[in-house]
Amino acid sequence: MSLRSPLGVVLGRGTGRNAVHHWWVQRMTALALLPLTIWLLAGLVRLPLTDFATVTAWISLGWNPVLMSLLVFVLCWHSNLGIEVVVEDYVHSPAARTLVLVLSKFAHILLGATGIYAVLHIALRS
Amino acid sequence: MVIGNAPGVASISRAQAVGSHTKKMSARPLSPHLSVYRFAYTMALSILHRITGLLLSLGLLVLIYWLMSASLGELSYGSAVTVLSAPLFRILLLGWLAAFAFHFCNGIRHLFWDVGVGFEKHQARASAWVVVIAALLITAGAGYLLLGPGTVAP
Repeated sequence: MSLRSPLGVVLGRGTGRNAVHHWWVQRMTALALLPLTIWLLAGLVRLPLTDFATVTAWISLGWNPVLMSLLVFVLCWHSNLGIEVVVEDYVHSPAARTLVLVLSKFAHILLGATGIYAVLHIALRS
Repeated sequence: MVIGNAPGVASISRAQAVGSHTKKMSARPLSPHLSVYRFAYTMALSILHRITGLLLSLGLLVLIYWLMSASLGELSYGSAVTVLSAPLFRILLLGWLAAFAFHFCNGIRHLFWDVGVGFEKHQARASAWVVVIAALLITAGAGYLLLGPGTVAP
């Protein structure tokens, strides 16, 4: 049996709440991506993808800009969460781990902002 | 008798365990050491979920590139189409499609596990086959429609 106090054992291991939140958001983004990615794939297979006018008209049509922006947002979020889990499992040096995690987060935010800006630009121009 | 104070294997390994514990007090729990398990194909699906996930993160760049080129106008969209319909890129796109199909189907399997459904060994093995076959069908079907003959004009 250990003489360490229960508090001493758990100190420095982070809070349980963060991990549960991470797990939960990863599942919720996964759930949201099921209909969104089916919607994108169903749209892509029916479009003549080489035709600029038809493609941009489809992106601007009805609710499509909203769905496309949401898709980009949730994809970036889910991707960032997934990469976080993989990096935390395989990158052991604290400095390298923090650097990779921060770079990944910045890259995902940049990608998401770029994608949503592009969708709005297409939708509001036509 | 296993329980007791005899200086057997159990007490030695316990002493070692306590020693290594105090040595690395700040060490956090590690992932299980996979090399101690006999290989099962469900493990291949598990690691493939991570690999396809990482590949899809790269594929995200292509989606954003496609959207950005469309937002910049007809000329840049044309050059993006030229890049994306090059033979090498068609192979890559098919790979991304396969990665998506697998990650999508296996992700549904994981979501069922998360609510406690299908955890039995025989169920997990059966659902593994369902995932692989469904992913192959989606890849073949969508691949034909997206990249098949007459879809991407040269």
